[in-house]
Amino acid sequence: MSKKVLMRGSQAIGEAAVRAGCRFYAGYPITPQNELTEYMAEAMDGLNDGTFIQAESELAAINMVIGASMAGARAMTSSSSPGISLKQEGISFLAAQELPAVIVNTMRGGPGLGNIAPSQSDYFQATRGGGHGDYRTIVLAPASGQELADLTRTAFEYADKYRSPVLILGDGMMGQMMEPIVFPEPIDVRTFSPKSWILDGAKGRPSRIILSLLLNPPEQEDLNWRLARKYEIITREIPMSESYMTSDANMIVIAYGTAARIAKGAVKRVRELGLKVGLLRPITLWPFPNRPLKELSRHVREFLVFEMNMGQMIDDVKLALEGRGNVHFYGRPGGIISTPDEIAKTINSIYHRQHLEED
Amino acid sequence: MAKKIFQRPKYLKKAVFHYCPGCGHSILHRLVAEVLEELDIGERTIGIPPAGCAVLAYNYFDVDMGEAPHGRGAAVATGVKRTLPDRIVFSYQGDGDIAAIGTAETIHAANRGENITVIFVNNGCYGMTGGQMAPTTLIGQNSTTTPGGRDVKRDAAPIDLSEMLAIARGSVYIERTAISSPKNIRRTKRALTKAFKTQMAGLGFSLIEVLSPCPVNWKMSPVDAAKWIDDTMTQTFPLKVIKDEVGKLD
Repeated sequence: MSKKVLMRGSQAIGEAAVRAGCRFYAGYPITPQNELTEYMAEAMDGLNDGTFIQAESELAAINMVIGASMAGARAMTSSSSPGISLKQEGISFLAAQELPAVIVNTMRGGPGLGNIAPSQSDYFQATRGGGHGDYRTIVLAPASGQELADLTRTAFEYADKYRSPVLILGDGMMGQMMEPIVFPEPIDVRTFSPKSWILDGAKGRPSRIILSLLLNPPEQEDLNWRLARKYEIITREIPMSESYMTSDANMIVIAYGTAARIAKGAVKRVRELGLKVGLLRPITLWPFPNRPLKELSRHVREFLVFEMNMGQMIDDVKLALEGRGNVHFYGRPGGIISTPDEIAKTINSIYHRQHLEED
Repeated sequence: MAKKIFQRPKYLKKAVFHYCPGCGHSILHRLVAEVLEELDIGERTIGIPPAGCAVLAYNYFDVDMGEAPHGRGAAVATGVKRTLPDRIVFSYQGDGDIAAIGTAETIHAANRGENITVIFVNNGCYGMTGGQMAPTTLIGQNSTTTPGGRDVKRDAAPIDLSEMLAIARGSVYIERTAISSPKNIRRTKRALTKAFKTQMAGLGFSLIEVLSPCPVNWKMSPVDAAKWIDDTMTQTFPLKVIKDEVGKLD
């Protein structure tokens, strides 16, 4: 049995990655996630089959990950918002070449260089592909230290299962906060079943090609269809969310990651005042957990989306609700962290303005 | 009984090259395949083709091939090689790929001393996109983006990437050769052999720059293009061993 350890969020991702069999990490320094890069440097140093490279650029880092993934390694890179922008070329190639990889984005305020404070500024970038071309990436949004560890394991599993890049979307607050964590047991990488598509030298088998150039339009269309079918399967199989006090609720707050923790505090406060408010916390941002929202919309009319940005996930909430219910928004961008009281006040005002106390 | 003295190398597929008449890629592909066969390393080799004319190299080499984004060959090769250190990894890159958009990746891979082999095909232009100025276009040379000839003040001088890479502490063997005559083709093959042997011996970063004809974009006949390499191109890019910390290899 693993025991509880107190650990910083960024380092928890690193430890969980190593335990998930990650044996290749390339990264470039950027705040607020350097602790993860530093953790991987030390961890890989302690393994006889691990590789850590401090790359000369974000571009080089993601392309090294492409190479490691082609060669069959469980590979990871990490960065923060501006650095993730630079990695988008490689993420598009990972998607096109159907290569597994895990990319951690510890989001900060933006656009541009922005700041280094916790933010959810990159929801659009993460959930809409981010790079060029017709593709999706799986996006996981942990909200606690324990979940950072658990979802890092999940990220590597999904990456291999679906041969797709998987993004873990956190923020500086989650990365810096120390919490007690129970790690899953390490996986012995020798127990992984061999991958049938990797490039390791064509000995005793036909040579393989991993490519993304498909000059012939029907061949490109075939790839796009294959990806689309894969995305349909992913959309069916992995949506994840947490419902908190939703069964009797007549108003639902929707928030993910750090924002969801703040929102949960707000929901607790307004419950004490007798308001029937619940929280839906998407854990997968893509695929978005449409079903629980759709089900809630049968008896809930008022929805409040809370994000640490100017309104990005709200688009997906509206798509999931398909016009059923009123969607309100409260957001603080730029690295400002709202308090539960602030959200509680917003909930309160919507609740009473919509006469929900009479329901 | 007739003795077979010339045949398709083992590691070239039975495919017809798409390259233009007189293009150097076909010859160079053949040389690389011959070297892989002679060193008996084809079954443990992974090749990284570039963006550019040679992107389709994966249709010709009968070894595992993984396409890199434009210019990132050395970074992708780094990822493969570090994951599988006992395999042979080469990247095959054009001048625009390696000396413009991928300069940083190349310099840093060389400086880290990555134990990979880079084949740098210098034809002085962007071939696949239709003959624009490359970082290696000669001063005064016409291209579709230097219609009056490359002007140093406006367009900069050609870049000496191989010489720059020789300064990098991790590079051990760098040579410039040409695909312009039987003699130079034989020298190119010798250099390629040494580069792969350098990697097999685990000595570090090796790179062979190959001056290669692009008759279509140069608007020359294949014969004139070969002659132009020898007479003109080699004045800017002299054929020589630029760095050799390897010495003799068995």
